[in-house]
This record gives sequence, C-alpha cells and structure tokens, in this order.
Amino acid sequence: MGLWAKNLLFATVVLTGLGGMAYVVRPGYRPGRPEQLPAVHFTPSEVQATVEGLNAALRQSWQTAGVAPAPRAEDLAIARRISLALTGTIPSLEEIRKFEAYPGEGRLAWWTSHLLADRRSADYLAERFTRAYVGVVDGPFLLFRRRRFRIWLADELYANRPYDQLVRDLIATDGVWTDRPAANFITATINPDDENNKPNVNALAGRVTRAFLGIRLDCAECHDHPFAAWKQRDFQGLAAFFAQTENALFRGESKPFQGIREGSGELEAEDYATGEKHVIAPAAPFQPELLPSAPEHRRARLAAWVTHPENKAFARATVNRIWALLYGRALVEPVDDIPLDDVPAALDVLADDFSAHGYDLRRLIGAIVLSESFARDSAADDEGASERQEQTFAAFPLTRLRPEQVIGAVWQAARLSTVDDDSHILVQLTHYGETNDFITRYGDAGEDEFEPQSGTIPQRLLMMNGDLVHGKIEQNPLANAATQLAWLAPDDQSAVEGAYLAVLTRRPTREEADHFIARLRDSHGDDRARRVEDLYWTLLNSTEFSWNH
Amino acid sequence: MAAGLGAASWLTPVAQLLAAEAEAKSSREPAQSVILLWLGGGPSQLETFDPHAGKKIAGGTKAVDTALKGVQLAEGLPRVAEELGSISLIRSMRSKEGDHERGVYLAKTGYRPDPTVVHPSIGAVCCHELPAKSAIAKTATDIPRHISILPDNWPARGGYLGGEYDAFKIHDPQAKLEDLTARVDDARQRRRLAEDLSVVERAFARGRRRAAEGTLHRETIENARIMMTSAQLKAFDISQEPENVRGMYGDSSFGRGCLAARRLIEVGVRCVEVTLGGWDSHINNHEVHKNLNAALDPAFAGLISDLRERGLLENTIVVCGGEFGRSPDINPLGGRDHWPHNFTVALAGGGIRAGVVLGETDPDGGRETPNPKSFPDLHATLLHALGIDPAKEVITPIGRPLKLAEGEIIRELLA
Repeated sequence: MGLWAKNLLFATVVLTGLGGMAYVVRPGYRPGRPEQLPAVHFTPSEVQATVEGLNAALRQSWQTAGVAPAPRAEDLAIARRISLALTGTIPSLEEIRKFEAYPGEGRLAWWTSHLLADRRSADYLAERFTRAYVGVVDGPFLLFRRRRFRIWLADELYANRPYDQLVRDLIATDGVWTDRPAANFITATINPDDENNKPNVNALAGRVTRAFLGIRLDCAECHDHPFAAWKQRDFQGLAAFFAQTENALFRGESKPFQGIREGSGELEAEDYATGEKHVIAPAAPFQPELLPSAPEHRRARLAAWVTHPENKAFARATVNRIWALLYGRALVEPVDDIPLDDVPAALDVLADDFSAHGYDLRRLIGAIVLSESFARDSAADDEGASERQEQTFAAFPLTRLRPEQVIGAVWQAARLSTVDDDSHILVQLTHYGETNDFITRYGDAGEDEFEPQSGTIPQRLLMMNGDLVHGKIEQNPLANAATQLAWLAPDDQSAVEGAYLAVLTRRPTREEADHFIARLRDSHGDDRARRVEDLYWTLLNSTEFSWNH
Repeated sequence: MAAGLGAASWLTPVAQLLAAEAEAKSSREPAQSVILLWLGGGPSQLETFDPHAGKKIAGGTKAVDTALKGVQLAEGLPRVAEELGSISLIRSMRSKEGDHERGVYLAKTGYRPDPTVVHPSIGAVCCHELPAKSAIAKTATDIPRHISILPDNWPARGGYLGGEYDAFKIHDPQAKLEDLTARVDDARQRRRLAEDLSVVERAFARGRRRAAEGTLHRETIENARIMMTSAQLKAFDISQEPENVRGMYGDSSFGRGCLAARRLIEVGVRCVEVTLGGWDSHINNHEVHKNLNAALDPAFAGLISDLRERGLLENTIVVCGGEFGRSPDINPLGGRDHWPHNFTVALAGGGIRAGVVLGETDPDGGRETPNPKSFPDLHATLLHALGIDPAKEVITPIGRPLKLAEGEIIRELLA
C-alpha cells in the first residue's frame, strides 16, 4: 500500500471515529436498542432467594449494631463499583449511555451480566486471584511462568469453570508448567538455588490454607499460633501433603521431562526439646473425617479434602475474597483469617449457596451485587456515614483504588468509547507499557491488597504532574476525550456533564455545573480545549476519582 | 581528656579538635539521621572488609593496611582503609536468611519475614519516632524524610506504619527529579488547586465528611504542593556542589547518590538509603568485586571525610553492608555463593564508637564465629544511638504489639 493510501485510510478512520463520538457526547443520545442479555450463569430471579437471605442476615446485623442503613446510591455509582471490581476500570461514556438506556428495573443485573461476559473481567479477576495464589513476583526463572498462569486462569474464569474444580487443579496437577499452567502454583515455590529442585512445602502449606481456606496456619510454621488454636503440628501435617511432590525436569532420569509429579520421601521435623528428627504424616488440621484415604497421590487427597462440600472453610474463604474484591474490604477481616466457628450469618448465607450451586463464581458475584447492602450509598445525611455503618456494610466503605484500577480509570476516562480487548493492538501495547510503569511508580500494594491504606505523596505527584496523566488530557483531538468534548459537545453544559460522566461516572451537582460552565463560557478553539483540560485535571486529581465509594 | 587524646595522637589536627569536642560533650545529643549504603546482592566479606590475604579462602585476593593498626581491608578499598579510624566493623554478622528477598527484609527491618505483618524499615521507624525538624536542619523538613536513591527491587518500606512511610525513590541525582514540576503556569495551577478542586471536594465530602477526611487525600495533595515549591528541593541537586567535592565521591551514580545523601541530611532528612547493587557474584567473584569496589571505595570514603569535615559525622550514622556475605569456597565458575554465617557490616558516626573491629572469622572458612551479631542487634543499636528506645512497643494493624527492634544493643559499639 502506498503512503497516500495509508494516509487516506488513516483520515477515514479518524473521521468516522470522531463522527461516532459526536453522538456519544450529546446528552440526549440513546443507542438504538439495548444489546441482548448475554448468556450468563445467573439471572436475577434465580438468585432472588439468596439475595433475600443475605439481606435478612445483614439487616439483622445492622439492628444488632444499632446502625441504620445509608440511603440507596445512584445506579451509576453502583455501576461504577461493579465495573471497578470486575474490569478494574470505570465505565466509558459509551457504556454509560447504554446503561442509562436500559430500563431501570433489571439495569444493574444487565450491567453485571454484561461485564461478566466481557473478557476484560476474566483478565482482571485472574490477576487478582493470581496474587493470592502465587504472589506478585515473577518467581524462579524458567520454572514459573506467572503470565502463562494468569492467562490460563483467565480462560478458566471466562468459561466459568466451577471453582472447586479449578482449585483441585491448582493443588493436584501433575505435569510441566508450560503445558499444564496450573502446575505453576507448585513451581512458583521452588527455590532455584536449591539443588534438589523441590517445591517449598511450607510455602505451599501457607498458600493453600490462606488462599483456599481463609486460615493463617503459617503463623504456626515456627511456633504455635499465639491467639488461634493452631499448633505447629497442624501446619506440619498439612505441609506433609507436599512432601512427595517433586520436579522431575532436571534429574536426568530415563523419563526426565515430567515436571511436577508425586515421588517419594517424607517430611521430617526436628523436635526442639530433644533435637530428634521424626517423620510427619500428612494430616488435615480439622475435619479429618473428610479426608479420603485413597488415592495414594497425596496432593489429590488434599485437594479433595480442601474442596469437600462439607468443608465450610473453603466456601467461606472464597466468598470472603469475592466480597473483598467487590467492596474493597472483606466481610471478615483480614481476608485470609476467618475463624472456623462464629462467622457473620451473611457469610454463611453466601457460602452455603456457593457450595450448593456448583461453586459458581458468577452466581456468587450476582447475588452480592444485587443485595441491598451493595446498593447503599457511601454518603449519609446529616453527620455523614459513620465508621460503624461502613464496618457493617450499612454504608458503602470508602477504599483506596488499587494502582491498576487508577490507571485503568485514567485510561478509560481519556476515551469516550470503551477501551477493551478489541482495541487496536498498538493501543494495547502502549497501554501495557504505561500500565507497568505507572503501577511501579504509584506503588503496588503487593499481596496485602485489602489492607486499609491512605495515599502517598509520590502518587499525588504522579497524578498531578506525571507524563501519563498529562498525555491523556493535553490537547489531542484524535486521542483524548478532553479535546473531543471541547470540540464536539454542542454547548458548555454538555461538555461539563460529559467530562463528569467520563471521569467520575456521575453528573455534576448544581454548584459544580455552575462553577465549570462559567469557566467554559464564551471560550473557543485552543483556549476552550485548555479549559476542558483543566476540568479533566481537576476531576482526575479529586479524592472521588482515586477512591471506591 | 588528656589521656583520651594521647591515645589518639595519630589523628590529624582537625580530627583531634573534633575528637576533643566530642569528648567534651559528656551527655551527647543522639544521632539525627541514618545513611544506609546498601550493597544489594550480598558482597563478599573477603573482597571487602574482612580479607584473609594469603589464606586459601582468599582465593588470591590481597589486602591493604588501614589507619587502624593491625587491621586490613581488601585491596579494592584503599581510600576506605585510610578512613578506617572513623569507621567500625562488625565482622561477626550472622543472618538467619540465605535468600535475597528474605535476607534483605531481615537486614532492612530487623525482623524475619512474617506472613501476618510487614515490618517497617529502619528509615520508616526513624520518621515515625522522630520529630519533623532534625537538630541538623534550620527549619522543619518539607520534603520526604525517608529517601531511597537508586532503589533496587526491595527499597525500604513503611510496612505496618503505612505507605506514607515508604522511602521516596529517586534515581541518579544527575537527572532532573520526576513529576515535581507543574505542567501549567502558576496562575493556572493555582486556579486548578485552590478554586476548581475545592468545588469537587466539597461535593464529595457532603455526607462523607469523616470518611473523606480519613483518606488524607487533601493533605497529601497539599504536602505534594509544598514539596514542589520547597527550597529544600535544592538538596537533590548535586550540581550545586563545587567540582572538588563532587570529585571526592567518585564518578559513579552511587557516588553521586552518596553526595546527595549528605545534602539531604543537611536539610533534615532522617534516612537516606543509597543502593549499589550487583554483588551477587555466583560467577567471576573477583571481577565483580573489583568493578563494584571501584565505585564503593571513593563514595564511602568521600562521604565519611565530607561528613566529618562539616561536623555532620557526629550526628549522622553511616551503615554499609548487604543482606549476607559470600562463601569462603570458590565455586567452579570462579564465583562465591551465599553465606549468611559470618560477614561484615561497617558503621560510622552518630555516636557509634570509631575504630572498633568486632568479631572475627575463621581463616579456614568455618561457619562458626565467636560472639555473632544479628540484624536485630544492629537495629537495636542504631535505634539506641538515635535516641529511640528499641524496646518500645507499637501496636500493629493486626492488634499485636511489636517492639521496634527485638535484638540486643551492641554495647561494645557505643561511645
């Protein structure tokens, strides 16, 4: 193709693109027909009974705590929460128009289904789960492919594979980690400096109990747990399930390329008092009756025990983690330290439903987001929402967005259409590089993702003065929503409203509208573009933008 | 006093004067700041602070005499050797961690990694425990008081004290600081911050006053703004130093980092970590150390003499070391492997006794060391020198009270 042809093609793409945008920025714009409900594994009517059970349990806890529920939040605010939790970004102006065109009743269910069917959700949730499963570091070179693992996990989540099956794969898979990505759960713990190439049984025991059972048995690695009932023997017994796991790649045997498999060997522990070594037999730390005696494969036995329908800790741990992903705060804190007895009734309503309905993550997510609690405002009248209201989920808790949510939101706010996997490959590549750089500098929260945190000075400097934000708001009619709004919005009011919707997913209050409309009045050309850029900068640097609410 | 000076008769006249001054202060002021020269990857004690020239384990590495009689350093550190009268060595450091990440964690926090809590680094503890105004500085510090220059994968963290105590990270001080300049002119910036943002914040705080205040978002923006316009930012700019001072530190990013560290201490920064990485010499140990010592030697020696000449060494502690040492045996690739059993950490200034060499290693490379010292001991000693009680307990977010440091103060190092 000649150069002129390329230029012509480029011009055509730009013009049709901008033409399309012109509709989106008009306040009266309604897409022709709401898109069809995608095939999902939950429908509002199907989860209705569960939602009612959850509502009743929470109402009871509000009554006990003596708190009144906050008023209902705006639908758009709820849509923003769902979007941040599932896709790690905010809704685009294009999506907001579609959302608002959908009939009020059933709108949030449609929105949730729409996002759950979107590959972006699988990708984002996979990253969040990967943190809990294998941590944030890239791990031993060659032995662990974090990216491969995450893509596999995203595929499984996209297919809505029953969660118990998925977890059994993680614990019990044999094979080479490139061919069987689940095996990375095991290989991630191999210390490359260790000649034996053995997975770290203690690290695995810690991961399994925290990620899948919501208990911190690893505190008992070195000593008996100071508060909980866990003894060092409990931890060792669980670790012993991995004692025969080996990596058969580097052993130079007749069939060398087997990867992770079960071999032989026993876990030995030293008795501190006597100094004697003794063999530790694999043992479940609780409910030993659920542990199958066969097969020989130790990890398969452990996997069956962990995911046994009567092992409530498994369903509770999963519910608590999904809850934390949706609210930014776990129902029982910390997210991976849930007592075996005495849990909130709401947790068990969901946990029972989860195990009774095939460990269906989409159904679980649907039940939570349709609950009365999830729809509470983070603001209340008079004195405002109290800490107690937030703690009991009678008001939506304010939590800091994760770095990738912030950058995802900056990215989306700067585009009027939806940024997704269908975007041009170049868009994705730039996105990827910028994402990593931004996350590093913003400060990754690591694995402790639900620890309450306040913001830092480097984060503010990055948002106020950094290249990324500047590049996304400076005058650029081809790429940036701020300039497009300045150029294409029919009047000042719709420019201001468009910016508020695109950045904060809401309309301006009367005071805000008056203030910013006055800023834009009688402005033209470059000057107008700069003023909308100022508006964008202001919204991006607000508390509201960087926090979930 | 006369006896004290007599014993130090080899000191230069200036040093003698300073030593006399130091002795005159019987109840000395605690140290104000810490500079950590972080040798990431685990330097070999044999090619740095603890040579065994002539022994099999030296692998041919020679040694040089130092300002301390009977004490030698490896041949790559001749200038540090000249300054050793101001420095002390703990040659019997022992770590319980032989893995880099875990070892760095233990070295920087004084605690072994614990899945239930993230401990703060020493710099975070200093900032948490000490007031905003350092006795060294004329005014309170309005730039971050905890700074990491040339950070590697594991820069100093705030841990359970919070992200606001994380080290502020900068790269080679030769480069302009990132993100500190507003993108628009003053008038526009003022309008954005003072007028426009207030309107949006007011709307958000309605019905959320307590929670919105709890985010500290507005304070953080204000602190960022103060920092952007602070005169103390000049402390990062080493081009303001005369040529001869810059020359003292050597021509390397690490040397420039050490010079910036001194400038930062002067405006009251509590802790600066300057990283020189790459010591993980599993292959070609001697070559790796030769190259890195070339950067370390002038930077460390230059920093000590510069601090001393400015009278800053009295209230600034300099710590130099890595997460562990390297094996006495040389592997088939000419490398040395991880060796947490006995290695050296160097210390100077801030009320740490000068010229002490504590502990010794087996000339045949044995694992045992008499009187081993641990990182928790080192942390307790540093905190003590800073006037912070290491036994003070802080309630962590999980409700567990933890001591600031759980080791024993190394009394032999206290002046």
